[in-house]
Amino acid sequence: MTTTAVAVERVLDAKQVVKQFGGLTAVNKVDFHIDSGEIVGLIGPNGAGKTTFFNCLTGLEEPTSGEIRYRGEILSGKPDAVVKTGLARTFQNIRLFQNMTALENVLVGRHCRTSTGPISAIFRGPKYKREEKESTAAARGWLDFVGLSRIEGELAKNLPYGDQRRLEIARALATDPGLLLLDEPTAGMNPIETAQAMALVNSIRDAGLPVIVIEHDMKFIFNLCDRVAVLVQGQLLVEGSPAEVQSDHRVIEAYLGAPVE
Amino acid sequence: MSLRTTTDRLVAEVQTRLTGRTRPTLLAGAVLVIVGSLLPWLTFGGYPGQLKSPFFFGDSGVRIFTLLLSVAFLLALFALPGRRKAGIAASLGMVAITAGTFLSVLNERGGLGAFAVGIFLTGIGSVVALLGFLALPPDVEPGRWRRKPQWVELLIVSGAQLALLLVVVYALDVGTDDGARSSRIIGFFLFIIAASAAVHALGVFAGISTLYRRHRGVTIAAGSLAAAAFPFLISEVQDGSAYWIRVAASIGVFAAAAIGLNIVVGQAGLLDLGYVAFFGIGAYVAALLGNANLTTSNIDLPFYIVIVLSAVVAAILGIIIGAPTLRLRGDYLAIVTLGFGEIFRLVAQNYDKLTRGPNGISGVPNLKVGSYDFGDSHTVLGVDLPYFANYYFIELLLIAFVIIVFTRLATSRIGRAWVAIREDETAAQAMGVNTISMKLLAFAIGAFLAGGAGAINAHVATQVSPDSYTFLESVTLLAAVVLGGMGTVAGAILGSAVLIALPEKLRTFQDKRLLFYGIALILMMRFRPTGIVPNSRRKLEFDDADPTSGDAVTQEQPPSTGKAVMAQ
Repeated sequence: MTTTAVAVERVLDAKQVVKQFGGLTAVNKVDFHIDSGEIVGLIGPNGAGKTTFFNCLTGLEEPTSGEIRYRGEILSGKPDAVVKTGLARTFQNIRLFQNMTALENVLVGRHCRTSTGPISAIFRGPKYKREEKESTAAARGWLDFVGLSRIEGELAKNLPYGDQRRLEIARALATDPGLLLLDEPTAGMNPIETAQAMALVNSIRDAGLPVIVIEHDMKFIFNLCDRVAVLVQGQLLVEGSPAEVQSDHRVIEAYLGAPVE
Repeated sequence: MSLRTTTDRLVAEVQTRLTGRTRPTLLAGAVLVIVGSLLPWLTFGGYPGQLKSPFFFGDSGVRIFTLLLSVAFLLALFALPGRRKAGIAASLGMVAITAGTFLSVLNERGGLGAFAVGIFLTGIGSVVALLGFLALPPDVEPGRWRRKPQWVELLIVSGAQLALLLVVVYALDVGTDDGARSSRIIGFFLFIIAASAAVHALGVFAGISTLYRRHRGVTIAAGSLAAAAFPFLISEVQDGSAYWIRVAASIGVFAAAAIGLNIVVGQAGLLDLGYVAFFGIGAYVAALLGNANLTTSNIDLPFYIVIVLSAVVAAILGIIIGAPTLRLRGDYLAIVTLGFGEIFRLVAQNYDKLTRGPNGISGVPNLKVGSYDFGDSHTVLGVDLPYFANYYFIELLLIAFVIIVFTRLATSRIGRAWVAIREDETAAQAMGVNTISMKLLAFAIGAFLAGGAGAINAHVATQVSPDSYTFLESVTLLAAVVLGGMGTVAGAILGSAVLIALPEKLRTFQDKRLLFYGIALILMMRFRPTGIVPNSRRKLEFDDADPTSGDAVTQEQPPSTGKAVMAQ
């Protein structure tokens, strides 16, 4: 744990977010926030609306109503604009660019932080050279950070599962985010890979980046998160420290059902 | 299914019968083929042209190919990796050539009297060789080429280009001036198919493409030289006939447009079925501004301004069309672009005031740059070049420009964004790529290049009319890209060359021409779905999807890295 006292800042503040698909309310008046230096877990049974809520935050879905502020500014618009503002995410089902190399995948993450136009690219102008050099260095740095620098030339689809997950995180980090959203980063992983992922998320937080993580692995959530929010049927059921949430009977009921009287 | 099991059983049978005797079998086969190829095949010797079959007959013309193939498989005997496949390919080719000759002569003459001993020796020899190769143990993975001294590598790189040029010139020339035209052409095609399959199995193409990557500068220089030498060579070989140079001039324009389309389809993955409209817009602009005889305008601008204007107008129209439609994905975009292509054609057909309707604008004058008139033939280095060669050379410059645009964009953040969009549009957007503007950029650059190519085409064809820019043309361009290899420059050029030159070459077969053309396309896509020059990425994609494909994946990474990753 870092002991340097940094002023806590509200990074993301979502108020009364609602998302309806026709008659179905997938996300119902959810209040949610995260402060700098935090790892917040988002848990809940399948179909609780966790990923839809993520999609609302990152612009992939437009909320039906509600307000999302990132460092005080209202977030709106397309996913690419949201990324540029500072939110980066990974996907529950890995969505790498399968036929690009690991390095190229991460370089795509640099896209929104560079601006070389076609003319400069065609004539190999100074801007192209400078940005290309910087991007490659940054991308290599992130590959190294997640421990993948040795396979930078491999096609993404040829990587083993755990590496694909890590590559997706590196790609998200390459966008220079101010907040990272991980959608089930350990899904389908064996215990060793899960432990590695946990260490990775921890080091991301230590690097000063707040993280929101959707997870089903309770060991992961309770070891790692400063705060846990439980979403059930689109509604925020409980929010609090891992210990509080763990002992809350409503959470147990939501997962296991109420005891028969 | 049953066919496959039957052949498997036959192969197993051959293998058990011939174990330990493959080498003598192969040698016997080789000797038979070579002796047979040196002897006459038909009793009436050198007059096969008197036979009327449009297909297959002939003597002197075909034997050279079996001879060459037998030499190829003798070489294969001593080259260790991949020799089973190479040998099977070569001997199958010989079986096909001899059997085809045999059957068509039999059909023509109604008996065995016409045959001399040579054809039987070659036929038996090639079957024996085929059996021998089938009995060989399966090939080990083709080995990597060891590094050779610098000068050897450079010699291979430039020699390969020269060889390609000679093969192309021979292919165009073969069968134009002897009586047995069609037999030689078919014999030659069978030879080319068998020989390239054999050479491919030996890992030669993979090796050469590695060398190409290693010595890019020399490769480009040798390629440009070979391309520039083509008109001289074909002119000499064909005694100054302009025919193939004219065809080459159409290929040049077409190839430039195909590379532009390759940005849209191959890189950004946008299926554009109306691409020829941009080509047509460029041509119309050039014709209207270029002082044509029968036209609706009286403007005469110098060509270097006209070509830029044509490209810019096409690009602007590309943006206008693209802005609303590029929000669509996949199939929907294809249908919208299809509609746009038709709209362009119909406007050109009906807006008489500007386009002169179905008559089109004709009498577009030949280009003049300074005092150099593109309509004159010139004598360069003692070779008379027909005037189409002028256009061919200016097209080479255009293609060079297009290639630079293509490759440099491909290796920039823009090219990476395009590939990301092709791979997963949602993920690309969620990673910060402004997909709409990047797709629009691809569309506009593609249209820009097509417009420039169209401007030259107006002068090559001397007229523009709506029927030159039909849906079929769009499809042919797309076919050139797919056939050649999605996302590669060499693929688009080779695809265009094959698609335009093949029907010309097949003219000997008159009414059966398009049948052969279609069969050739189907076979190429069946046996080489990644195209003639596959993008290394796409090649991996297809090889994964098709485990039965025999192509050995040439991995660019040292294999040890991959294993270390997997073991982890």
